[in-house]
Formats: sequence, C-alpha cells, structure tokens
Amino acid sequence: MSEDLVEELLESINLHRSFSKNTPHVVINANKVLSSQVVEGLIIEPEELPDGVRAKLLVKKGYKIKQPVHLCFGMLPERGIQHIVLNVEIEDEAEVSFMAHCTFPNAVDIQHLMEATIKVGRNARYSYFERHYHSDEGMIRVVPLAKIELADGARFSTEFELLKGRVGVIDIDYSTICQAGSSAEMKARIFGRLNDRIKIREAAVLEGEASRAVLTTHIAVRDEAVADINNEIIAKAPYSRGHVDCKEIIQGNGVARAVPVVEVRNPKAHVTHEAAIGSVDSKQLQTLMARGLSEDEAVDLIIQGLLS
Amino acid sequence: MAILEVRDISLQVNSTVILNGLSMEFWEGFVHAVVGPNGAGKSTLANVIMGLPDYRHHTGDILFEGESIKGLNVDERARLGITLAWQEPARFEGLTVSQFILASAKDKNKNEVDRVLELVGLEPARYRSRAVDKTLSGGERKRIELASILAMKPRLVMLDEPDSGVDIEAIERIFEAIDRLKKDGATVLLITHSPKVLEKADHAFLICSGMLVDKGETNKILEYFSGKCLPCAHKNVPDLNGLIKSGGKL
Repeated sequence: MSEDLVEELLESINLHRSFSKNTPHVVINANKVLSSQVVEGLIIEPEELPDGVRAKLLVKKGYKIKQPVHLCFGMLPERGIQHIVLNVEIEDEAEVSFMAHCTFPNAVDIQHLMEATIKVGRNARYSYFERHYHSDEGMIRVVPLAKIELADGARFSTEFELLKGRVGVIDIDYSTICQAGSSAEMKARIFGRLNDRIKIREAAVLEGEASRAVLTTHIAVRDEAVADINNEIIAKAPYSRGHVDCKEIIQGNGVARAVPVVEVRNPKAHVTHEAAIGSVDSKQLQTLMARGLSEDEAVDLIIQGLLS
Repeated sequence: MAILEVRDISLQVNSTVILNGLSMEFWEGFVHAVVGPNGAGKSTLANVIMGLPDYRHHTGDILFEGESIKGLNVDERARLGITLAWQEPARFEGLTVSQFILASAKDKNKNEVDRVLELVGLEPARYRSRAVDKTLSGGERKRIELASILAMKPRLVMLDEPDSGVDIEAIERIFEAIDRLKKDGATVLLITHSPKVLEKADHAFLICSGMLVDKGETNKILEYFSGKCLPCAHKNVPDLNGLIKSGGKL
C-alpha cells in the first residue's frame, strides 16, 4: 500500500523511473512517512503529527554527503493540511545538499505549511533546492517559514521554484543571520496566473565581518495574479557585502510590487539592489517575432528564460 | 525580379521627416546595400520594412513578391520569410543559445543548432548551453544572431550595421555567413555606413536625409560615398527642413 503511494507521488514529479531506494531520502504523504533512507553521517528522525510530520535532519561534524538527499513532501488527497516542521543542523565542516519536491497533483483545497529552523555550522555547506508541482485548477496555500543561522565560514543556498500549475497563495518568509565569512544565497522563481497571490519576504542580516548575501527573486504574473516582494539586507559588519535583485514581468491585469530594503550600519559595508518590473522587453519581443514567433509564443519564451 | 519593393515611403516622427518619398526595388538573390551617413534613415527603412510597431504609420506601400505587406504585423512578415538583425541585438536572460536558435529554426532538430553555430565559427560544445545574455561579447552575440537567422532559412534578410562592435575575426565570419545566405538563395539587405561592408554588396542604394540620392553598381556608389559622403559636413537631422525645401538637392 505505502509502496503504491510512493510510486504515485514519484510519478507526479516524474521520478518514478529514475528514483533509487538506496538514495538518501524521505518520502512523506500528508502526515505519513512512507519511506526513508539514510547514509553514514546523515541522521533523519521523522515523527508523525496529527496534521503533518516533524523531522530532525542532522549531518554530523565533518561528514560530506556526496549524493543529494531527496525530500518528497506530498499530498495525494484533494483536501487537507500538511504541516512540516523541520529542524535541520549541519555540523561544523559538514556538507549536504537537499533536493526537495513538493507535489499536490490532485489539490482542490490544500494547505502546505512549513516551519524550518536551520543551523549551518562553521565552514559547513548546505544547499536546498525546492520545486513545487501543483495541480492546474486547485487552490493551494503554501506558507514556508525558515529561520537560518550561519556560523563563521558557513555556505548556505536555497532555491524555490514554482513554475507549473496554479500557485494559489504562497507566502514565503525566510530570514538568515550571517556570521563572519559566511554566505547566504536565496532565490525564488515563481509564475503566477489567474488570481494567484505571491508574497515573498527574504531577509539577511550580515552580522559578521566579510559575510555576504544575495537575494534573487524572478517572478512573472499574468491574468489577475498579484506579487508582493519584500527583500531586505541589513549589513552591520565591516567588509560585509549584499545584493538584492528583483525582476518581475507582468502581463494582462497582473500586479507586481517590489520593495527592496537595504540598510547599512557600517561604513566599510556595501549593499546594492536592483528591481525591474514591467511588461516584456519590446526589443526581445520584436526580435523573436521577427523570427516568426507569434506574440504569445515570444512572451512565453522570454518568461521561460527569466524563470529558468 | 524584385522580391521586395518599397513605393514612395515617407515617415515622420515628432514632426521630423525621417523618410521622404523613398522608392526602391530589391532583386531576388542579390546582396543589396543601403548606404548613407549617420541619421540618413537607413535603420528606419529596415524597421519600416520589418513592420515594427513604432514604424507602421508611414505613407506609401511595401510589396513582397508583388503583394502589399503594409497591413501585416512583424511575425506575419517573418513567416513570409522577412527578417531583421538589429545593430545591437537583444540580450535574453536565462535563455540558452540552443533555445534561442531553435525558436526560429525551420528544422527543430538539435543538430541544426550545431550546424548553424559552426557556420558562424562558434564551437557548438562551448556555446549551446550558454545564455544569450550580457556574458557574451558583442561579436559573439552578433554571430549567434546570424546563426539564428541561418536556421530560420529566410527569403529576405536585413542586417543592420553587421560590422559594428565586432572584431576582425568576427567580421570575417559574418561575411562568410552573408555568402552562405546568398548561396542558400536568400536576398540580403545590408544597412551600413562602412565601405568595407558595402564592398560585399552586388548592388547599392545611397540615401541621405531619408531620400534616395543614387543607386547602382557597388563600385560606383562606393566611390561617391567615400569621396563625397564621408567627408561631407552636412548633418542629417537638424537641417532637414531646408533640405526638403530645396527639393533634396545635395
């Protein structure tokens, strides 16, 4: 039974043929852990909750996990709540990358709520890629909340992608505190349609000397979709560097707002930002149309590039 | 036989006359040049022929294979086989060279990407996956533009200042691509103020202040352009009204 569910979840993200059970992984449907596998140095301790799963993910000091750890969070029912509580700790000098797929192929009314606390130890490396697969029609509310702490020299990167299916409502809130020599890179790429609502807040506080942060958000909205982006970098330490990059393409009656906040509290720190919101660039559009693409085909290709 | 004919084209932008009664015929399979000093209206003419949105309010007519294309949009003209390579090609963040070329390619086979990249002297393995963005040099970007045009297999290609911003090696590759286009049966229209590019043409038109000054064999036009236009102190844009009143006599 659980194997059938695993197969169904993996099929919804096109991994049913390539997935190996020996790969370090956790597969969760609603509040049930269907399958998990660890490797040496990686500890995964999942605990089922009434409406979701709490999991501790730990990479022991000095361990470098070579294979990406696959996390699959899904809900096959049409309705319900999935509450994921993650407690992640990457100990000093350890390395790991997570490949997370969140799939809601049959969603009519689903809430996917995630709370994560992430601690990345001294000179440790952590990368997290999260791709969402939503149904074309349903209403999904996705609320990921993450608090990240980076110790000296830590490297942290996260990427959130939601390009296929309806967004529904998405409300991302990630904040990072960066100690000396650490770096944080946060990216989000989302395509909103119909009456989707996208709200993103990414923040980084550069506490330590020579710490760095780059916050990148690329959004496309069409129809009646609305995007509201609030990215913030506060640089407190000397030689800290930060950059906020927000690009949004709007079509139809879509609405996009971007509020990049940069605050520098040390004269030796430097933070920059750029925000560009508008319709598709006319020269790009004309170039593709002069090759024979229709306006719609050209716009789709340009958006595909921006969100790639 | 003329594949393209412009008939008495005039265009005014913000009360400034940019094109003033231009009539020209472009013979099929030839490499034509439209030459003239800065501000003569060369690029505007190309934009008018391509049907770009800000250049559709001209008077006169444009015939492609004997049929008026005045009412057609950019993409409709492109699907007839007309295309334009801009002087400064657009950059596409996130779009790979392969995606960009395949978007315009008649043959959607991935081998086509390699074929056209080789034709413009770019090593496919190094360029297929690169983004068509600011990381490309001016010369690389121009060659990729030409590669996409070669893949499109057009009937009429307008190349606006094909040599601007490119190094000597890139210019040679661009010239080879022009030869290839001609060999494949395309009609090529070079928009230029460079004598070196003009030499590539079989036939040339000289325009100034939006008017046709002369046309004919390349050598004749080249001689006139090099001898009289390049040293000429006349500035096109500020002095148009007086020129028009004088009946266009230079």
